[in-house]
Amino acid sequence: MSDQERTAIEKLADQEYGYSFVTDIEQEVIPCGLSEDVVRWISKKKGEPAWLLEWRLAAYREWKTMREPHWARANYPAIDYQAISYYAAPKKKADGPKSLEEVDPELLKTYEKLGIPLQERAALAGVAVDAVFDSVSVATTYKDKLKELGIIFCSFSEAVREHPELVQRFLGSVVPRRDNFYAALNSAVFSDGSFVYVPRGVRCPMELSTYFRINASGTGQFERTLIIADEGAEVSYLEGCTAPKRDENQLHAAVVELVALAGSKIKYSTVQNWYPGDKDGKGGIYNFVTKRGVCAGEAAHISWTQVETGSAITWKYPSVVLKGDNSVGEFHSVAVAANRQQADTGTKMVHLGRNTRSTIVSKGISAGHGQNTYRGLVKVGRNAVNARNHSQCDSLLMSSTSGAHTFPVIEVAHPTAVVEHEATTSRISEDQLFYCRQRGIPADEAVGLIVNGFCKSVFKELPMEFAVEAQKLLQVSLEGSVG
Amino acid sequence: MTTASAPLLDVRDLHARVVDGAGILRGISLSVRPGEIHAIMGPNGSGKSTLAGVLAGRERFAVTAGSATFDGVDLLALAPEERAARGLFLGFQYPVEIPGITNAYFLRTALNSIRKANGKPELDAMEFLELLKAKARMMEMDPKFLNRSVNEGFSGGEKKRNEILQMAILEPRLAILDETDSGLDIDALKVVAAGVNALRSPERSVILVTHYQRLLDHIVPDFIHVLAHGRIVRSGGRELALELESKGYGWIESTSGAAT
Repeated sequence: MSDQERTAIEKLADQEYGYSFVTDIEQEVIPCGLSEDVVRWISKKKGEPAWLLEWRLAAYREWKTMREPHWARANYPAIDYQAISYYAAPKKKADGPKSLEEVDPELLKTYEKLGIPLQERAALAGVAVDAVFDSVSVATTYKDKLKELGIIFCSFSEAVREHPELVQRFLGSVVPRRDNFYAALNSAVFSDGSFVYVPRGVRCPMELSTYFRINASGTGQFERTLIIADEGAEVSYLEGCTAPKRDENQLHAAVVELVALAGSKIKYSTVQNWYPGDKDGKGGIYNFVTKRGVCAGEAAHISWTQVETGSAITWKYPSVVLKGDNSVGEFHSVAVAANRQQADTGTKMVHLGRNTRSTIVSKGISAGHGQNTYRGLVKVGRNAVNARNHSQCDSLLMSSTSGAHTFPVIEVAHPTAVVEHEATTSRISEDQLFYCRQRGIPADEAVGLIVNGFCKSVFKELPMEFAVEAQKLLQVSLEGSVG
Repeated sequence: MTTASAPLLDVRDLHARVVDGAGILRGISLSVRPGEIHAIMGPNGSGKSTLAGVLAGRERFAVTAGSATFDGVDLLALAPEERAARGLFLGFQYPVEIPGITNAYFLRTALNSIRKANGKPELDAMEFLELLKAKARMMEMDPKFLNRSVNEGFSGGEKKRNEILQMAILEPRLAILDETDSGLDIDALKVVAAGVNALRSPERSVILVTHYQRLLDHIVPDFIHVLAHGRIVRSGGRELALELESKGYGWIESTSGAAT
């Protein structure tokens, strides 16, 4: 590697996180700590029905009996769950904003800085944005248009108020309360999130999009998202994140549940760019997320696409339970671990129905001192006749101090299953870099080009505007990181 | 030939070695004027590819003595991309594959990088596509190659043709073609040669690095230099190639003592 390439890499590695600012809005924060009283307080604050409070309390009691999992390949200091505040919401006027004009201008400015001008972006891109600011949804656009089709796209809290029967029926049906430590915690204290219901036979005409953002210092973010595609319905959902710079570590434990009924299709895309910590690993988000979808009916289809460039620690395994016969599960992932980032991510494909198919494409990029782990499970049940899986796990190392680790687990209980796993690990090649540079492409751009090529098969799964954003993100995340 | 003009490339007493390795170039002097075509011939291991690599700025070679100027500028002080921006092109003996990046995108990025470095406006996708299609026709390249990943799954001949296509797009002032003829059948060789000949102009110079004289039947050089053991042991006109062809490199090596 030349000095210039090294310098470019150091420059990139030293780059400060671009989205660092704190919005000065009065927040309502409860004191730190977690107890039944806190759970009751949150539920009351949100005006929830009794059944949901009971559900939360049951989750809390279960959580208390569980232990924090430490099997992930990540090192971090112990988390003091009593030192976290479990609720923060922007103060609102008595009735809440009815339109953008009523939204706190400070809040809108924050979105501007993030490059998300709600109105324009939504109008231009045809995207309905349900903006989550800290814990409470602030503005929802295009709602009326969706309403005409019978599509429900709203904050989780609103869904609890307006569509309790749907929430009660599906909440926890994919990720049970006590699924794991973080899912239980989330179930007890979840603040808000998104809710989507697409009725039978309806194809959602636009990409649904939510921007999450952690803002209050020391406040955990516990999002809860539930997406239901009724029979023959189709929906594509986008989730993108940026977070402001903070010195202490911030805990993020979201739960996302997808329910795909017979013949329906859900496509869930994420570009995750939580604050990763500085170059010495100080600060940064701990991202412990449970994402799972169930292909509940015949020929249902769930596809996860994720681009993970942020967070100090990523613990995330978007999974698909292939219950319906002929159902399809997909997982496409790009995960970057630069500086001191640690990413432990992958998927689980659980084949239960007949003729179920799944595809896994994982691209891990490790730079600086980053540690990138793919952890996956392909499980074929005893009734899953003719199950098919193909997994492709590729790792790209950008430095001699970074690491790539792969832990694929395959469990097959039916003899007709065909399960394939391919894996490669490579260093970014000096020949490729020189070839690009000889053609006039500067070192930094050459790195970006080669890495984008490496991730191409995942990026092509992303909706257009997201793909562009993801490519830029990747280049910024890796600038100056070859060494 | 415009022998009166100043040299575009002026190499003087250039010594180089592989980083942490043995010396390969032991005092090369070479002067290439605008419009000239020079052929550099020699047996395997004589330093031909090293010379091409050193001129293009390959990191694995370290220059230990001597100088090289390009249009009066110290070439050795420039990064590879800066050399490219000034108009130096290297046709690779082993073109590199870049999975996931289409040929078209790669070439547009390259051309626009060079244009940007020279203060010229970048071409938009449509303008570039027109240019690319025209040049691909000239190279008799199937347009489907333009949308395939750079060199991935290309045959040896396709890769070489692709190098010449890149040269045609980037329009360098000096093209160094490193064993462009190796691995080509006679039809491919003719196409490649036609591509190079089409780019001949009074301003553009070419250095052909080749093992065999057959390429020189199709691209007629002004000068031929024979390399052995890291030195130019003999220089001459076209007739030198024919002599080499009939007598073999052994002849040069056995007489190189006299030549140096």
